[in-house]
Amino acid sequence: MAVNKKMGKQTIAFHNPPVIIGASSIVGPKEGQGPLGKEFDTVLPDTLVGEQTWEKAERKMLKTSCEMAVQKAKLTLQDIDFMMAGDLLNQLISANFTARDLGVPFIGLYGACSTMFEGLALGSMLVDGGYANHILTAASSHYDTAERQFRFPTEMGVQRPPTAQWTVTGAGAAVLASGGKGPAITHVTIGKVIDLGISDANDMGSAMAPAAADTLIQHFKDTGRKPSDYDLIFTGDLASIGRALTEQMVKQAGFDISKNYTDCGVLIFDSARDTHAGGSGCGCSAVVLAGYLLKQLTAGVYKRILGVGTGALLSTTSSLQGESIPGIAHAVVIEGYKLGGN
Amino acid sequence: MSENEQPSPEEMQKIQYQQMVMKTKPKPPLLRNVAGAFIIGGTICTFGQALINFYKSVGLAKPEAGAATSATLVFIAAVLTGLGIYDSIAKYAGAGTIVPITGFANSIVAPALEFRREGMVFGVGQKMFTLAGPVLAFGFVSAWLVGLIYYLFS
Repeated sequence: MAVNKKMGKQTIAFHNPPVIIGASSIVGPKEGQGPLGKEFDTVLPDTLVGEQTWEKAERKMLKTSCEMAVQKAKLTLQDIDFMMAGDLLNQLISANFTARDLGVPFIGLYGACSTMFEGLALGSMLVDGGYANHILTAASSHYDTAERQFRFPTEMGVQRPPTAQWTVTGAGAAVLASGGKGPAITHVTIGKVIDLGISDANDMGSAMAPAAADTLIQHFKDTGRKPSDYDLIFTGDLASIGRALTEQMVKQAGFDISKNYTDCGVLIFDSARDTHAGGSGCGCSAVVLAGYLLKQLTAGVYKRILGVGTGALLSTTSSLQGESIPGIAHAVVIEGYKLGGN
Repeated sequence: MSENEQPSPEEMQKIQYQQMVMKTKPKPPLLRNVAGAFIIGGTICTFGQALINFYKSVGLAKPEAGAATSATLVFIAAVLTGLGIYDSIAKYAGAGTIVPITGFANSIVAPALEFRREGMVFGVGQKMFTLAGPVLAFGFVSAWLVGLIYYLFS
């Protein structure tokens, strides 16, 4: 008889929690100067890294971080069953072109800035389901490629409002395995697309916060857990305003996360970086998780964390046509020791 | 039925959320932005006036002095954009660097630089006017309207 791994409405509890056996992070110079600068594996000296275009530079970051994660997992690319990756650029050129270079069976993902968590969630299902032994999941973003696609040319003289966020230049990758040593993914909660009518593309935090809150509340309901069951609850890239809104909405539903909740967009930049509300982009949650939080788990600072990757599902076309910005959020529970013991 | 006039629960939720967002998000520093725009925008205009006076003093007639001043300001703004300085000033100046003719120069040079990598024709040539295009189009239309009014009433 098939075992039921579904828990409540939107959550999956893994029987054999997949283990993150290797992870890597690469960031640009601005992120390197931020408070987490020392935690990342590589800090690039500039945002072009010897390439002709920023798009090529982003691909180089993504490729290098994938190779580094596989190396840290003490594997070779031949051991990877499937690679799952995504980025923010039209038609996923960073991930698709990187997969072309790596020659690994590939599934492209688009979850906007939630992509890393979408990859961890799907990858864990494949591993726990027995469909794969090793999954490589990765995500990248680049300030200049995102600005020119979604907003203005970088040298354009515009004043950014206080709600604006700064796209993180960075790439993070992780290798999931059916066994081994490392932090393990025990639960995932797949989010719904939520839109509460925010249409200001300079205020992504407010657009995504309802999705983050909805997924968090659903996660607590599905699992019967309380916020205090986690050492840390973090969202992907809501930055300071989205974080405050999420906290209020989750509180309205009866869950108080004020004591142990933060956001990767808040962690990665301090006020000296002058990013206004904080960081954003696929790379934001990917590098903070891979570079910083997983290390904290391994070191035993945290035992169990709940991460929620958040994405704003807009396009330049939908923005110009006056559509509001739908948000998505996927939650992943990571524990610092392997459950089940097998 | 009176229920039809009530907003649906979904709409209520949206309205409540937008009120929550308004309360939570910080207000733009209006006074600082206005002061920055006034000081830097004013400096650009004063410099422009100084240029007009200079060109007149070396013997140019008033219309030619104006055209020479515009050309000089556009040139300086283009160079500052190329050096990556203009956007750093604009951060503090806001409208102060957008409204003068230097802002127009910046809006053409910035995309031209940015899209150089997509080639000369479909990169630079086509993308150069993505931001300045609307200014030109509506500038021509309003010039034509003003001309028409002038023609009818003179």
